[in-house]
Amino acid sequence: MEERIITAIVAVVGVPLVLVAYIWGTEQLLRVFPDGAKPRLRPWLWMLPALGFLGLFLVYPMIGTIIASFQNTLGTAWVGLENFAWFFGSPDALSALKNNVLWLIFLTLFVVGFGLIVAILVDRVRYETAAKSVIFLPLAISMVAASVIWLYMYQYKPPGAVQTGTLNAVIGVSGAGPIPWLQVQDFSLNTFALIIVMTWMWTGFGMVIISAALKGINPELLEAARVDGANEWQVFRGIVFPLLVPTLVVVGTTMIITALKAFDIVYAMTGGNLETDVIANLMYKQMFRVGDFGRASAVAVVLLVAIVPIMFFNIGRFRAQEAVR
Amino acid sequence: MTAAATPISDVRPRVSRFRRLRGGVGLHAVVIVLMVIWAVPTVGLLVNSFRPAADAFGTGWWTALFPPYQFSFENYEHVLGQSNIATNFLNSLIISIPATVIPIFVAAFAAYAFSWMEFPGRNVLFVVVVGLLVVPLQATLIPILKLFAGWGIAGTFLAVWLAHTGYGLPFAVYLLRNFMGSLPREVFESAAIDGASPVTSFFRLAIPMSVPALAALAIFQFLFVWNDLLVALIYISAVNPDNLPLTVSIAGLITSTGGGSEFLGAAAFLSMLLPLVVFFALQRYFVRGIVGGSVKG
Repeated sequence: MEERIITAIVAVVGVPLVLVAYIWGTEQLLRVFPDGAKPRLRPWLWMLPALGFLGLFLVYPMIGTIIASFQNTLGTAWVGLENFAWFFGSPDALSALKNNVLWLIFLTLFVVGFGLIVAILVDRVRYETAAKSVIFLPLAISMVAASVIWLYMYQYKPPGAVQTGTLNAVIGVSGAGPIPWLQVQDFSLNTFALIIVMTWMWTGFGMVIISAALKGINPELLEAARVDGANEWQVFRGIVFPLLVPTLVVVGTTMIITALKAFDIVYAMTGGNLETDVIANLMYKQMFRVGDFGRASAVAVVLLVAIVPIMFFNIGRFRAQEAVR
Repeated sequence: MTAAATPISDVRPRVSRFRRLRGGVGLHAVVIVLMVIWAVPTVGLLVNSFRPAADAFGTGWWTALFPPYQFSFENYEHVLGQSNIATNFLNSLIISIPATVIPIFVAAFAAYAFSWMEFPGRNVLFVVVVGLLVVPLQATLIPILKLFAGWGIAGTFLAVWLAHTGYGLPFAVYLLRNFMGSLPREVFESAAIDGASPVTSFFRLAIPMSVPALAALAIFQFLFVWNDLLVALIYISAVNPDNLPLTVSIAGLITSTGGGSEFLGAAAFLSMLLPLVVFFALQRYFVRGIVGGSVKG
């Protein structure tokens, strides 16, 4: 135990010291070079640690995964498209893919929608900060902790027994239920139950970003419209909403990525059983339960391909912002 | 004229004040209901974690809010005394602190170069960083696990520190470059004219002026690593169960007990403790990090 703490202290103090020494050392090293070469060499030395990490932990393994997706279980022979053929022929994989589509549509819709509504509502009350804190708080905790919290919410006891789960107790007041929320597969109710947990966590994210954009709108613009006789709805439709669209797109794309990568909640709450599986959990199962690295890589590549359009969209948006700068 | 105008201007505010008030009651009701809905799940967990197991099993958490009060620390005593949770807590700390500190340093150097040094390919390279922001970690797991196994560090803290540094860098570089790049150019130019080396400018000017962004990034990365499940699950759990952080351990507790353990609530709340402290103490920076990272400020 002491050994671990010592390792951590060495890492916290030692690694930054080494990095600072490195940067200082680059300047000493550059003295050897002629003045003209210094400005050309210097940036690369400053970026070397970052480029090393990015290359080794993101670019190289991404390429490795793509290659492995065309190979057999242990990567000893090429199998062409066999792993992808398995993916698109396997009912489990297709079910996971279908669930990811549900996640993508509804998580995005819920977070953007609730985020917008909450941002606009709390903008008009004096206890805005307190209200925002309450909505925002779930974003700070882990998805595993959120899973435990919501297992209590969704808890199910057979009819007749005292319902200890909050939701079943609430609907029990009107005589309905109890409903085993995480087991009902009709209309993918259990998948929606998981999406609700993520919505509870991420609405604060949408709210915070949309709220910042809302506060950036010139109040004189709104006042002018009101003086001209526009009602609050017309002000919202005609001025506020169009100005918020770019921000809603930012929140939306972030949520699409979050939905595609959804893993923790599914792993912890249902393990992907009862038709709640998603691509990320399917990949984990292929990797560790089945031990098929070829198939697991193919699943990861499907995920990567799904994210590529967002990647290019973000790059385009970034370029447009830079052009304005 | 003035006398005639007064009553009219007197009426108008009264009408609008009335409308605002009417909207007000409904508005407050909706906002408060939303706040209650968002708070109830967490409050339920907190209350249950302080109830004796038999109570929590037999009745809903809300019954504990009425007398006779029966709160106890037995769940926490059990979790801290007889389970691995205390060790897991320490492991989470040992993982999170270096995995926060290291990428900030690495990213600050790169962000400074991107902001204030000219070199061919600067824009293209930064576009690559923007692209890497959204890479799913799943697409990196297998090759890196093989790499770690080859180096003989699979299952160690070092492995997760390195992995988290790599995974956190695109966001860190992006956030810091956007902030450093918006600092006033004159400051750096006059420093250079006065003969300050880039190293001096970096440590004396860029870093002190970037404290808000650095704080936001530190909070962000710390929470990301503390709350991470996937990275620890892949690089630690299979190889070395002694080094597990809280998230993996609690997820294991859910799976092994089917969510039925009476200690789950206490364990989950312990795992939330640090994020909640960070959240309440430094919320402003946290918000700034989120807003600055997604909408360019």
